Amino acid sequence: MFTRREALFGAAIGAAAVAAMPAFSATFAPADIGALAREKVKLVAPPFVHPHDQVAKGGPKIVEFTMTIEEKPVVIDADGTTLNAMTYNGSVPGPLMVVHQDDYVELTLINPDTNTLAHNIDFHAATGALGGGELTLVNPGEQVTLRFKATRSGTFVYHCAPGGSMIPWHVVSGMSGAIMVLPRDGLKDDKGKPVKYDRIFYIGENDFYIPRDENGNFKSYETAGDGYDDMMKVMRGLIPTHVVFNGKVGSLTGDNAMKANVGETVLIVHSQANRDTRPHLIGGHGDYVWEEGKFANTPAKDLETWFIRGGSAGAALYTFLQPGVYAYVNHNLIEAVELGATAHFMVEGEWNDDLMTQVEAPKAIATN
Amino acid sequence: MPLSFLKVASVAIAAATVPIGLSAVSWSGHRLHPVTITVTLPPGSITYSLPGEFLRGEHPQANPRLKRRFNKPIEIMTYQVSVADYADCVKAGACQSPQETREIPPNAPVTGVSYLDASAYARWYSQATGDYWRLPTDEEWAFAAAERFRGGFEGLQADANNPAKRWLARYKAEAQLDRSPDPLPRSRGSFGVNSRGLADLSGNVWEWTSTCFVRATLAADGTGVANSLDNCGVHVVEGFHRTYMSNFVSDGKSGGCAVGTPPDNLGFRLVRDRPGWRKLILGYLGI
Repeated sequence: MFTRREALFGAAIGAAAVAAMPAFSATFAPADIGALAREKVKLVAPPFVHPHDQVAKGGPKIVEFTMTIEEKPVVIDADGTTLNAMTYNGSVPGPLMVVHQDDYVELTLINPDTNTLAHNIDFHAATGALGGGELTLVNPGEQVTLRFKATRSGTFVYHCAPGGSMIPWHVVSGMSGAIMVLPRDGLKDDKGKPVKYDRIFYIGENDFYIPRDENGNFKSYETAGDGYDDMMKVMRGLIPTHVVFNGKVGSLTGDNAMKANVGETVLIVHSQANRDTRPHLIGGHGDYVWEEGKFANTPAKDLETWFIRGGSAGAALYTFLQPGVYAYVNHNLIEAVELGATAHFMVEGEWNDDLMTQVEAPKAIATN
Repeated sequence: MPLSFLKVASVAIAAATVPIGLSAVSWSGHRLHPVTITVTLPPGSITYSLPGEFLRGEHPQANPRLKRRFNKPIEIMTYQVSVADYADCVKAGACQSPQETREIPPNAPVTGVSYLDASAYARWYSQATGDYWRLPTDEEWAFAAAERFRGGFEGLQADANNPAKRWLARYKAEAQLDRSPDPLPRSRGSFGVNSRGLADLSGNVWEWTSTCFVRATLAADGTGVANSLDNCGVHVVEGFHRTYMSNFVSDGKSGGCAVGTPPDNLGFRLVRDRPGWRKLILGYLGI
């Protein structure tokens, strides 16, 4: 009733597929799906994450999320450069969803008629139907609800994938986010001992490809579609004009710097839907890092820099030991400093002289 | 000089500034440019925090605040050097083109210029006008900027036991400015005039000064500087806040301020040194 061949077709068949869903679900879903508890979660904009239990209480449940797609111009740097962004729930990246392994994720995706383009969602955490992309294509004025079982634990990217060149274009216009599927009994260190975090931050990294005019200045367009041809040319050159955290240069600095205290353990979830990156916490480390983001694997220890493959999300756990201003960067430092991939942590607490001390302040070189 | 006289003179001079500037340039007889409008600041003094980094013992200190007296008038450009002004220097082959690609009105301040560019312009402009023009020192700039002078964020006492407190305090102070970026230079005059009659101070164009970055160790008893080291590869840049830039940097955004608020743009204005200034002004005022 729902063949691979159909799955590879476009929007028209997508609508038919959605209509076929109830029968499809009835055949394969466990009989007791209706008996499962339901929880409605209100998503929050990154770098923050909605409240959640680190260790699951009770059995698997259905976790309901709603995201509204919003196409809107956003300023992405201090020069006022504008991207005709496409967003999940109004933010770039889209919000981090948190569930536990064997929970069901039930997402209602709304594409209001104020938008101009068709969108969908491909969950790397989901199995089948192009990650759900084939079952979620919605035109402006439509909404759709998808349910998938979170069978594998870890951090996973989700992104828009409406077919052909629309896929990279929508992704580099902002349409990606991440979901974290926690093991039911929580995170564990390399020895299998439970570990917890006091704070969690979600950092989505984006590469943008803004066309320039003949003088080298960034162009702006009335609609995303107006800029499509020009942007595709820049994209095909594979050199981004901006590499940023959370949608714009400086979105996680200054007043928006992330905050923590000495002694607190922070989990940093980092996603990149399109391009490789290498997060590094200047002056700190990754105590336990799930570089590929999958919690069934033993975390790496004491990392200086970790590698996030394009199209994946990773997680790093760190306990701050020293106060100060920390820069969290993509350690391609050209991308960090020139293209924008820098965030800051402000960490309050007592200084530990044993860990570091300035033995002698700078002074003129001694001459005898 | 009696105080009351100084007060009267300063008011009179402020009112008379523009005519003085106009006529002064026209006297030189071989003007190549639109008339340079200047403001002449009467002698006076300023108490301000010195630029640079100050240590006592092994620890950073609040930058010392010093009273600085200017015994002679200072003649300084009312506006920053404009795109059109600077283009004359480029045309003459004495300046390199500014590192600026945006479309900017010709009467807006020139931006995308380094300390080296600003110095080259001052040299050329001096030759072209027959007068001696130079960048202002940091204290001259602060004196001229008056109520628009903010200074830096370096003026915080270090906690000997916790150096991070100073870093965090400085970071928060910068963040609290909450200054939204305003990068595109505007026509001269857009940022208004300060109490001394200078235009566009502390707008979105920061200005080069001739003052080198200095690291100084204060005497243990607090009576002065025990020793100091200048780094003249880096100069003080003044504007909305004080910062320090390498001489060759022309784009403030990538040139410094690893943490915090970088300058939107780098530009400059010049000071004219003239012999016998006091005599000239007094003569003009008929005193």
